[in-house]
Formats: sequence, C-alpha cells, structure tokens
Amino acid sequence: MSGAMREQSPFRRVVADFCANKVAVAGLVTLVIIVALAVFASLIAPQNPYDLAQLDIMDGRQPPGATSMDGLVFWLGTDDQGRDMLSGILYGLRISLIVGAGSAAVAGIVGSSLGLAAAYAGGRIEAAIMRLVDLQLSFPAILVALMILAFIGKGVGNVMLALVIVEWASYARTARAAALSERAREYIEAAEGLALPRSRVVFGHLLPNCLPPLIVIGTIQVARAIALEATLSFLGLGVPITEPSLGLLIANGYQYMLSGKYWISFYPGIALLITIVSINLVGDQLRDVLNPRLQR
Amino acid sequence: MIDDDFHQDVASTLTLDIRNLHTHFDTRAGTLRAVDGVNLRIKRGEIVGLVGESGSGKSVTGFSVIGLVDPPGRIVGGEVRFQGRNLVGLEEEALRQLRGHDIAMIFQDPMMTLNPVLRISTQMVEAITAHEIVAEDEALERAHDALASVGIPHPEERLRDYPHQFSGGMRQRVAIAIALLHNPALIIADEPTTALDVTIQGQILAVVQRLVAERGTSLLWITHDLSVVAGLAHRVAVMYAGRIVEEGPVDEVLDHPMHPYTAGLIASLPSHNRRGTRLAQIPGMAPPAHDRPTGCSFRPRCARATAECEQDPPATTPAQGRSLRCFNPMPAGSQGGRA
Amino acid sequence: MALWLLRRLVQAGFVMLAMSAIVFIGLHAIGNPIDILISPEADQAERARAIAALGLDKPLWEQYWLFLQGALHGDLGRSFVFNEPALRLIAGRMPATLELAVTAVLLSVCIGLPLGLYAGLHPNSFTGRLVMTGSIFGFSLPSFWVGLMLIMVFAVTLGWLPSSGRGETISIAGVGWSFLTVDGWRHLLLPALNLALFNISLVLRLTRAGVRETLPLDYIRFARAKGLTPGRVIYVHVLRNILIPVVTVIGLEFGSTIAFSVVTESVFAWPGMGKLIIDSINVLDRPVIVAYLMITVALFVTINLVVDLLYTLLDPRVRLGGRR
Repeated sequence: MSGAMREQSPFRRVVADFCANKVAVAGLVTLVIIVALAVFASLIAPQNPYDLAQLDIMDGRQPPGATSMDGLVFWLGTDDQGRDMLSGILYGLRISLIVGAGSAAVAGIVGSSLGLAAAYAGGRIEAAIMRLVDLQLSFPAILVALMILAFIGKGVGNVMLALVIVEWASYARTARAAALSERAREYIEAAEGLALPRSRVVFGHLLPNCLPPLIVIGTIQVARAIALEATLSFLGLGVPITEPSLGLLIANGYQYMLSGKYWISFYPGIALLITIVSINLVGDQLRDVLNPRLQR
Repeated sequence: MIDDDFHQDVASTLTLDIRNLHTHFDTRAGTLRAVDGVNLRIKRGEIVGLVGESGSGKSVTGFSVIGLVDPPGRIVGGEVRFQGRNLVGLEEEALRQLRGHDIAMIFQDPMMTLNPVLRISTQMVEAITAHEIVAEDEALERAHDALASVGIPHPEERLRDYPHQFSGGMRQRVAIAIALLHNPALIIADEPTTALDVTIQGQILAVVQRLVAERGTSLLWITHDLSVVAGLAHRVAVMYAGRIVEEGPVDEVLDHPMHPYTAGLIASLPSHNRRGTRLAQIPGMAPPAHDRPTGCSFRPRCARATAECEQDPPATTPAQGRSLRCFNPMPAGSQGGRA
Repeated sequence: MALWLLRRLVQAGFVMLAMSAIVFIGLHAIGNPIDILISPEADQAERARAIAALGLDKPLWEQYWLFLQGALHGDLGRSFVFNEPALRLIAGRMPATLELAVTAVLLSVCIGLPLGLYAGLHPNSFTGRLVMTGSIFGFSLPSFWVGLMLIMVFAVTLGWLPSSGRGETISIAGVGWSFLTVDGWRHLLLPALNLALFNISLVLRLTRAGVRETLPLDYIRFARAKGLTPGRVIYVHVLRNILIPVVTVIGLEFGSTIAFSVVTESVFAWPGMGKLIIDSINVLDRPVIVAYLMITVALFVTINLVVDLLYTLLDPRVRLGGRR
C-alpha cells in the first residue's frame, strides 16, 4: 500500500508475504527435504528394495530397530518379504511423487490449454468444453479413476492417465475463469488492437497473467493426485507390486495389522501424511498470497 | 445551591448524557481513536442531528451508546448516562434488556437490516418476546398494529412475507415499526434515509417525525446530510475526527456557524451555491483515525488556522445553548443564511 | 415450479443418456466387447449364443439401441462370479452402503456443525485454532489410512470395537439393517466415522466461514439491537443462514460419500456395493462393473435433483423469486 511496497517486484512481494506465515515456511522446508529424499533415494537408502538378491525372507516382519542376518539395522522394521521399510518408503516416495507431480503437470497443461481455448474462442467451442468440465466435475474423482482403471487395467502409466483424466477439468475451469477476467482488461484489448497473432496474445499475454490461480490449483492437485494414487494402489488398482508406491506399501501391511505388526502400514502412512500435509500447507499459503481479492 | 438545583432539573429531563466518551479500535495499524472525547446531551422528546463525514466517528458513537461496538473496538473512557444511569461497563445481560426496549436503533441500509431467511412476523414477534412474556397471537396483534402505524398497507398479509418481497422504503418502515414496538425512550437512527430515493426519504422522515412527536421519544439522527438535519432536528452536533467541534440549536448553527468546518460543510451544500458558480468545497481529506495531527484535527484543512491551533482547543460556550471547539471562530454574520 | 422440475428431469435424462453412450463407447474402445462381457471360460457355442443375444453381430448404432433397451428393462447382464443378474446383485448390496453413507452424513453434521460454530464464534481462541488445524488433517489424510489407524487403535490396541463386518442385523422388508442392534452399531461406528471424516472437515469449514461472514452483517447487529439473547441471535439468525450452504454441500457430497464408501468398505470389510465393485474389478466381473456405473450415475443425477429442490425450499429468496 505504501510507496516502499510498490517498488518491490511482484516476485519479491510474494516471497515476503509467503514467509510471513511460519507454518507455511515449515511446510515448504519439509517438502524440499521430502523431494530431496525421494530424488536421492538410491544413495540414501540402506538397501535397494527392488533388488531381490539383497532381500532375505528370513528377515521378514522384523520390528523396528531389529538387525538383519548381515548386521543391517532395520530402523523402521521390515515387511513380509524381508524388505527394509525405510528403504521401501524412500523408493515408494519417489514413485508417489513422480505419479502425483507428473499427472498434475500433464493435467495442468492439457486443462489450462483447453480452458484458455474456451475463454478465447467462446461460442460453441467454449460451450462444449465447459459442458465436459461440468460433467467431469459432477462425479467424484475416485469413482472416475476407479472405472477407468477397471477397464484399462493397472500400471504406472495407466494410473497417471486416469489421474490426468480426473484432474484436467479443475485446471480448465480455473484457467477459463482467470482468462475471462483478464481478457476484460485493457492490455489485452491493446494487444488485440495491435493485431498481434492470436497465439501470441493467448500465450504471451493471457497465460502469464492467469498463472497465479493455476499455480495454486496445481499445488493442491499434486497433493490430491498423491492421495488418490495411494488410495487406488491400496485398493489394488494402482501401481504394480514391482514398483510399490506408499499406498501399496500400506496395503501390504494391512493384513498384518490385526496381528499387531503395525509398522508395515504405519510408517509408509506417516510418510504419505507428511508429504500431503506439507504440500497442502504450501498451497494454502500460496492461495492467500496470490489471491488478489484477499490482499488488503 | 441554585447551580445544583439547575443541574438536578436538567438531569431529570435528560434522556441521554454522553460525557467525554472514548471508543478506540486496536488494530495492526495502531490504535484508531474513532470516538475521542465526545460530549452530547439529548433531552426528552428532543431530536438531535449528529453530522459528520464518513469516518468521523458518528456511527461508532451511536453504537457505543448501546454497547454494540464489536471487537477490536472498545469503550476506553467516559460515561454514557441514559436516564441517569451509566451504561458503560454494564453487564451484557443488563444492556440486552435495554436494547430494543428502552433504546432502539435503525440502520442505514434497509436491504441489509432484516434477516433474509426469516419472515417479517418472526422478526417482529421475537423483538417483542425478547423483553416481555406475551402470548404468540397477542404479539402478532401488536406487530400488526406497529406495521399499520408506519403506513404499511395490508399488514396482516405483509407479516407473512419475507424481506426480499418489500421495497427499500417499505423495509425501512418495517425497521422503524420494530424500533417502536416497545415505545423506547431513545431511538438512534444511523443514516436511515441515505440509501433511499429522495421521495421515499421524505416519506420516511415524515413518518419518523410524526411518531416521535406523538410519543415524546428522543431521537439521535446520525447523518452526513445537513439538509436532512435542517428540516428534522431541534439541535445539531457537528463531528470531525472523533470529536464534536460545534453544537447548538439547528437554526442558529446553520445560520451562524462558528467553526470553520461547519461553515465549510454549509458552503458545500449544492442548494447554497448559485447556479453556474463552482461548488464550494473543503480542501484536503479528513485525517485517518490512527494518524491525526496534534491539537485541532481540522488544522491542516483550515484557512483560519494559527500557531495556537497546535494546542487542543477547549470546549467553549460562545452563546447560550451553544458549544464550540475552536480558537479562531468565524466572524459573526460572515457565513450564513440558508436559502 | 412444475416447468422447472420438468426441465430438470429432461436434463437428468440427457446426462444418463450421455453416460450410457460413454460407457458403451468405452466398452468398445477397449477391445472386442465379447471378451469383456463374457466369461473367458465360456466355450464356443456359448460365445456364439451370447454374441447373438447381445446383438454383437449387428451394426454399432443398433447395438447401442439394444444396450439402451436392456438398461431400461433393468437387464445389464449377469455376473460371471455369482451367476446372478448384475443389477439384482448390486441392489442387494445397496442398503448396507446407504446405511453407512447416511450414518456418515449424520455424523458429519453432528460433529462438524458445533465445532464450526465454535471456531467461527471464537476464531482467535486456542480451541478455535486447534479445530481449524484439525480440519486441515481431515482434508489431507487419505481416508484408507485413517481407517487402518482407527482399526489399529480401537480394534487391535484397545479392543473396544470390531474391525470388520456388519454385525448383527435385523431384517425389515427382506433387507438387513445394522443400526437396529447394539452389535450392529458397534460395527457401524468406526466405518461411519472413517467415511465421515472428510465431510466433518467440510461442514466445519463451511460453518465457520458462514459464521465469520454473517456475524458482521447489519441484520445480525439489528437482531442484537432488538435486544435478542445471544442464543437466539446465533441459533436462529446466524444458523438459519448457514444451513442453506451446509445442506446444499452435504447433499452434493452425498454422492461422493457413496463413491468413497468404496474405500471404507474395503478397509472394514463392509459388505456393501463398494466392496462388491472392488472385488468385481479384481476378478474382471465386467457386467457388474457396468451395472454399478449405470446405477451410480442414476444415483448422482437423482441426488443433484433432490439437492436443487431442497435448496429451493430452504431459501425464500429462491423459492419465492418469481412472485415479487
């Protein structure tokens, strides 16, 4: 509001506003750590959980803190295959993040393009796209994803495809709404008045100004995608057993939970929880910071 | 001795006696002194106009009287004597019993003062039963009569309606009917005609004037519109930046304003300006409530300001029944004359 | 009003038609529908009979017509696993799911509304903030994991409540209900709570936002200026206004609640249609999947219609909009 504020670049202002909330900063730091752990999983993990040669069935279902035949300490216990849970979680985290972020990115590109196209083309194209969006959003994501996977079968690629189909509509709706309000502004009229090519108006002028709401939606959609993927994998319809994500790890431990071997499900669940909560914290704060309506 | 008797006499006819009221808002930007030492007296049956720009603290003064200032606002000092009893610091339940029963309020926007999802009958009956134990049909009967008294046609049918089925003027009549349900000693009206068309405004003013006169109700009419006050009030108090800068009988103040701010307000009335000439205006803007100059707050906008004005101007009594806070009042007879 | 209803019904019909087309195209897009609709163990004669029965030798538009006719007559094929008409199979499991979903919705209102009111009236209090933080978890936590944790704590560690099944049921009109017996309630509580978790957070946040939005409004101040007790102001004036969005959202979420019961039913081995559909997907019992899809779509369309009606009844501004 004051002169000093106005001189800051928009980016600096966003960073400053974001840091005003300590909880959100903690969420961001946690998220960075989680991503780092996932990226460097193969360097950090005590064991390669996919390498069957490293596994010993004799080490199966060891409680946290137990030691393997080879003297390796299982800090978080082992699953029924004798797999170190810590290593399994680090590798599972990687799959969860790839599926979640990957599908959110693809859905974001497809959805935003369609949304922008709808806003810019108007008329019948807009009506058709938005009808499809309404139809898509009137059914819960889990149901749609379940049905798609029921027909096309499981697998990492198929799960991502299902997630993209489930998610694109939110982006399309947001992009269209943002574009419509941006379009009414003078600079678009000016760009059109200069007879710039349409694609340049859309991608050079419209898109950059619609980005803030899309970033917010994107963050929240990544968290949703990770949770949905975990749920689908838990139900046995997601990723295959050879590439277990966090959801599948939890599902594997489910049958042992009743006999008190809680750790097989519990720790992957905690990892999933921390990931989703930290993404949501960052997303919530981004929404507050980037939403011009809430700025005082 | 004589002085004491005089005071006793005045006190017994006073409905409202606000003494040195301070209402502050603690915000991140600092403490907003919305009401900064207000003194105001209203006699029984008297209509007082409280005039000021938006942000001058006139509405907060009204809400302070019945303890409806919401946090972060709070009354930090002074007294609000209603019929001799200080209301500041009174228990919430005691205040509640006064609200609507002894002191009623009418709000600015009639579109917003009635709950959109409750019938008019519900909203009127609950106002009665909040203070009296009455049978439902008797309460309905009274609601019906109240609607009739403010000039709403077919009250028995309109009782069953919802607010959105009324026009703005009719809604304000409903609000007035609700305010009058218990024959309160004082009504605080916060810009009740501002949101209405001019013709409707006149009708509402007439209704209020008639009912208040019939019942001997005191009325505090808060407005930014001097012309409304001119036709309605007995006395007028002009508020600026949380203080009352000038007060007196309405004719005297409007004909012979003493405070430069009052004079400026009168001069900027469109009816006061001759056709073709530029509208007179007060230069500058009212200072924000968290950043007021020391001394007289009007100083930066005042053509008559001197070095003396950096001190707080004390309240003086320049003439019988008038009060003023100014070191350099307007010369007598210089400004004045309503058309 | 009648016209409005008629228009909505026509709209609903179109949605159903569109969905049936999508399902139909979906079936054909994946491959030869005969492989999908007929058990792989079927012999050659059986295949030929099925192809003729399903009309797979006819042109595509005619096949769609037959599919539609079948759907209208309630014939969506037989389950390979149970050798029963798929529709009847699902209808038999539906009461258990509805019981679970309705209990979950009631729970979410009973818990979410008071907590949201409290958080809205005391936004800066410790408890108010705690409630809001808790609601973030309600949104973020994957419900299957919460279900596991509920089992771990209440069934395994504490041993208070059973971890699976419906428990003792009492039969009314040929359908068993758990909520009529104490044992049934013990079985119902954990899954219903699990399913309600998201809705609790949703109701809580809606209520809080509604309270925050409504409190500073003039009509609330006017209600207070009338001398109403704080209780009447909150429970009549504030709450009546909040109920409109809460009921609308709860209604719209009812469909999602039924969809999400797929997860809860799998975790708690609750024998509803959600568990049935997961089992069917795992054994590729496709007629059941198609039937489930069509039934769910019908359910959603109905729910949206009912919610619109409810909304109209609750808000006089909408209800009487035409009359002014």
